[in-house]
Amino acid sequence: MAAVNLTSGDFDDKVKTGWAMVDFWAEWCGPCKMSGPVIEELASEYTGKVLVGKVDVDAQPELASRFGVMSIPTVILYENGVEKGRQVGYAGKQGYLNLLASVKNL
Amino acid sequence: METIYDVIIVGSGPAGLTAGLYTSRANLKTLCVAGEKWGGQLMLTTLVENYPGFSEGIQGPDLMASMRKQAEKFGVEVVEKDASEVDFTKRPFEVSTGSFNTSPHLGRSIIIATGAEFNWLNLPNEQRLIGRGVSSCATCDAAFFRGKKVVVVGGGDAAMEEALVLSRHATEIVIVHRRDKFRASKIMQDRVMADPKIRVIWNVEVKDVLGADKVEGVVLSDGQTLVTDGLFVAIGHSPATKIFAGKVSLGTRGYAQREGDKYWTMSNVPGVFVSGDVHDYTYRQAVTAAGYGCEAALDAERWLEEQKS
Repeated sequence: MAAVNLTSGDFDDKVKTGWAMVDFWAEWCGPCKMSGPVIEELASEYTGKVLVGKVDVDAQPELASRFGVMSIPTVILYENGVEKGRQVGYAGKQGYLNLLASVKNL
Repeated sequence: METIYDVIIVGSGPAGLTAGLYTSRANLKTLCVAGEKWGGQLMLTTLVENYPGFSEGIQGPDLMASMRKQAEKFGVEVVEKDASEVDFTKRPFEVSTGSFNTSPHLGRSIIIATGAEFNWLNLPNEQRLIGRGVSSCATCDAAFFRGKKVVVVGGGDAAMEEALVLSRHATEIVIVHRRDKFRASKIMQDRVMADPKIRVIWNVEVKDVLGADKVEGVVLSDGQTLVTDGLFVAIGHSPATKIFAGKVSLGTRGYAQREGDKYWTMSNVPGVFVSGDVHDYTYRQAVTAAGYGCEAALDAERWLEEQKS
């Protein structure tokens, strides 16, 4: 499954149950060009286990500000809508796998 | 039978990818251990105006994607893994990527092109506030500082670019520099000095950054506290040679040394070549790195040829 585009309209609904990993990104951000494809890979590898989503901070500035995102890419891991961990800056695929492993053996 | 590459390139900035372009076009079987964060320092830039051939400039990440595509077109295999360990005492040479259940990659020759890593200030509260106002990448984060005040630390071209990028969004930019003049190129200095939003505090260092959940201020070495929403650090780079310590000879600042006689780009270990910012303290440009990558590739090609006879 491809990563889901999240908006302020559906964010809470999509993220409120289970595990979700959300990539805050923007078109103009160089490192986001590296994280984007990796997030898509993770989305297909974790289908059914973790909802992998993307938030375009230009289109959804209120979501970025609500979660205190001031640097992108930032990837936040949520369980039942509550933040459990975050990775600021592009970390490579291994970095995101480490984030998942650090919080829960996913 | 395990693959033995003619050339293993460690690194994927302009030096590494140019080296790969040359070795693969010379029909040498080439592996590029690109790193999890491939593409090098240009991945964190915006418009590159001084890479020849692009009269209107080119976006740094686009330039690197294009270099990678060009190298791959001629057969370079790219793995997006970090090299974790090297063994240059064996032939073929070994480069490990630290993945579980995988044996090291084997190469008849090596080109070290790992470039340089970003330096932080190492302030007490710096790491804690990264992503919460502390940043190393204005091109990534400037838009979050619309209508806010920011501090930039540094005096080179990178610091000038950070300040200029921030000036499009922030209301006030203060460059804090520990010397009484900038090391940056004249054209970048002129742009900074002409920008009414940017002011400079000379001869002062940043001692700490303040704030609980986000940056609220910075403490300076002259005792004053500046109220600010962001701290952008651009104080230069150090060579990424940690995994090569004790494997090839490193200079005083940790830069890999070119010690070849017949082959100028060769390190003290025959068959191990060095290119780009990992050895270059002086020039540090994308175009010089690409040039060094080409030199190392040509040397590796000739050296490999010589080994056969």
